[in-house]
Amino acid sequence: MKKIVLILAFLGLAILLAAGSLLRKESEATTLMKLKERYAKKPVPSVNHAAFPSLQKVFASPQQVTAACIACHNQRHTEIMESNHWNWEREEYIAGRGVVYLGKKNAINNFCIGTRGNERSCAKCHIGYGMDAQGEVYTDSTNIDCLVCHDNTDTYAKAPEKGGAPIPTLDLRAIAGHIGRPRRSNCGVCHFFGGGGNNVKHGDLEMSMFEPAAATDIHMGTDGMNMVCVDCHQTERHVIAGKLYSLASTNQHRATCEQCHTETPHTDDILNEHTRKVACQSCHIPTYAKDNATKMFWDWSTAGRLRNGEPFVEEDTMGNHAYMSIKGTFQWAKDVTPEYVWFNGTASHYLLGDKVGDTTQTLVLNPLRGSYADVASKIIPVKVHRARQPFDPVNRILIQPKLYADAKGEGAFWLDFDWSTAAATGMKDVNLPFSGKTTFITTAMNWPVNHMVASKQETVPCGECHTRTNGRLAGLTDFYMPGRDYSPLVDTGGTWLLLLTVAGAVIHGSIRVILARKAHRRGDA
Amino acid sequence: MSTRSVVVYKAFERFWHWLQAVLIFFLGFTGFEIHGTYAFFGFRDAVRYHNVAAIMLLLLIVFAVFWHLTTGEWRQYVPTLTNIRSQLNYYLFGIFRNAPHPTRKTVLSKLNPLQKITYFGLKVLVIPIIVTSGLLYMLYRYPQQYGIAGLNIESLEVIAIAHTIGAFLLVSFVVGHLYLITTGETVTSNLKAMLTGVEDLADHGTEPDGGAPAPDPVIAQEKAS
Repeated sequence: MKKIVLILAFLGLAILLAAGSLLRKESEATTLMKLKERYAKKPVPSVNHAAFPSLQKVFASPQQVTAACIACHNQRHTEIMESNHWNWEREEYIAGRGVVYLGKKNAINNFCIGTRGNERSCAKCHIGYGMDAQGEVYTDSTNIDCLVCHDNTDTYAKAPEKGGAPIPTLDLRAIAGHIGRPRRSNCGVCHFFGGGGNNVKHGDLEMSMFEPAAATDIHMGTDGMNMVCVDCHQTERHVIAGKLYSLASTNQHRATCEQCHTETPHTDDILNEHTRKVACQSCHIPTYAKDNATKMFWDWSTAGRLRNGEPFVEEDTMGNHAYMSIKGTFQWAKDVTPEYVWFNGTASHYLLGDKVGDTTQTLVLNPLRGSYADVASKIIPVKVHRARQPFDPVNRILIQPKLYADAKGEGAFWLDFDWSTAAATGMKDVNLPFSGKTTFITTAMNWPVNHMVASKQETVPCGECHTRTNGRLAGLTDFYMPGRDYSPLVDTGGTWLLLLTVAGAVIHGSIRVILARKAHRRGDA
Repeated sequence: MSTRSVVVYKAFERFWHWLQAVLIFFLGFTGFEIHGTYAFFGFRDAVRYHNVAAIMLLLLIVFAVFWHLTTGEWRQYVPTLTNIRSQLNYYLFGIFRNAPHPTRKTVLSKLNPLQKITYFGLKVLVIPIIVTSGLLYMLYRYPQQYGIAGLNIESLEVIAIAHTIGAFLLVSFVVGHLYLITTGETVTSNLKAMLTGVEDLADHGTEPDGGAPAPDPVIAQEKAS
């Protein structure tokens, strides 16, 4: 009887245990339920701006609208004029370099390279009016462009190459009467088109995100939570949370998943343990550029070819620019699996004038810092944009060419198609030496992928990383990962031990059988 | 020589043995999938099943240790060098000539000297390796930023490799064990004994090494009634 009790006690415990751990909890985590409840309530404007007499008039210029805004919101302009959206730079600390005012004025990218000398064109994405050719912004607060962020009519639009001014045909009175909290369209009109076209830069921010399906982005999906950018990029006194490491360096002012979802959002302990070393995005964004292709490679070295003396454009099978005389050759990709890197929230940057050492290696313009051994690091997904871009091999610095001008003969590459004058003019504009020689070197930029979060059903399955070959994390070799890594010595030794044991049993058994048969036959005879 | 049917493996012992056998097979199968040797359940399910089976095995080990201590059965596994040469001779030569087993199996001494050494090694080396590394694996927490540095394990690597070594040793043991089942009095007598508990053993009153007299063995027929 005692034995039976022992056995029954064991079986009872074992069944309880198995049932408890294998049956998944059907109810959703309470944090997620609370979040859904909170974001299901859409904010309602507290005032109707159209009813204010000060806005019921014909505005002769957009500056007059700004003046009307400031007349009531009489401190907001000071906040704006301290913001990186206005100044195009941020105070950042780069280890080994110190405090840097990092921004479009001194950083170089591997798309259109830089804004310097091209400001009148780039100003289309500045939240102000009247940026001149030297990039100087009038310090007058009426040059703040309130409407580009706060227009809720979706009709406001900036004119190309007019220093940031809107197109002249707008009904400014109607727009001023319908302003409010920024929508996806207000942010997207610049951030979706960075680099001169849809989805050129980010890969995870593009025009399908104006009205995305939940299958594209689980947060912003119009058939789902229908969240807007500023729901996550929460803003206090015009300081907007979140930034991208294409132009950021320090681990602060970030908008993170954990701020809402907590660091342990799963019901499964093993998954929660992953969050110490793996960023949410790594599993929850299986691919980016889901709906429209993004630019993966830009070869400036082929730019400048002309047909009958005229620049031309060629398209790839997806309808994206494959070649442009003004820009060179492009490669695009859709539904892209990210690359993965360790990241501790800090980055360094190639700045205008930095010397390049080894040009046989790819020059990473914004190396992301981190490693397995660094406790602050997590694995994040990145879009890596690679390029061949102009380089001065004598001075060993990247070239900032002059690209845009109003007329031919000013040295702008987009009109004159001559690298030597474009480079000479561009480098003179930024007060850097130019040897007269232009070559092209390979560069790469890391664009951390944070949007286009998938539903939990679409999450990256465990086996796509925990696998011997071609796993998503195959490139991160500084740690042991179950399913991928093993000790070749132990596996070889263990396999031999096993094989020899099997062989021993087979040989021993065969001899027994053969001898037994012989003995049997002898007995019969 | 007369024989008597006696219960060699008691009910709990058989339950322990067979459940352990099933769990070790399952753990080996799911474990080598997690190791990346093949794919069957898929990584995530393999991990979940492996962890549940591991806890069941741990629980079973706790029960078995309790049973062995309270019944005194642990003495079965105390290794001895007595007769080890003749046992080795038997497996290398005698077995092929149909020679008799050099050691007699009794209720109080059911393991031959080689078995004693093997099981002793299993219990003090292989099982502790696999259980300790398995527990560390299961309870492994990545170094925390504000944790006590002395308690941090820098990497899973050592733990995982120790667990793999234990797994290879255990699987090799299982293979040898399966073969050696067939080396009893007849090819199936060992298997039958572990299934029913009952085995025909040589009828004698005292231990071969002159130990204490055996208590009355429980006769199978009595137990059945």
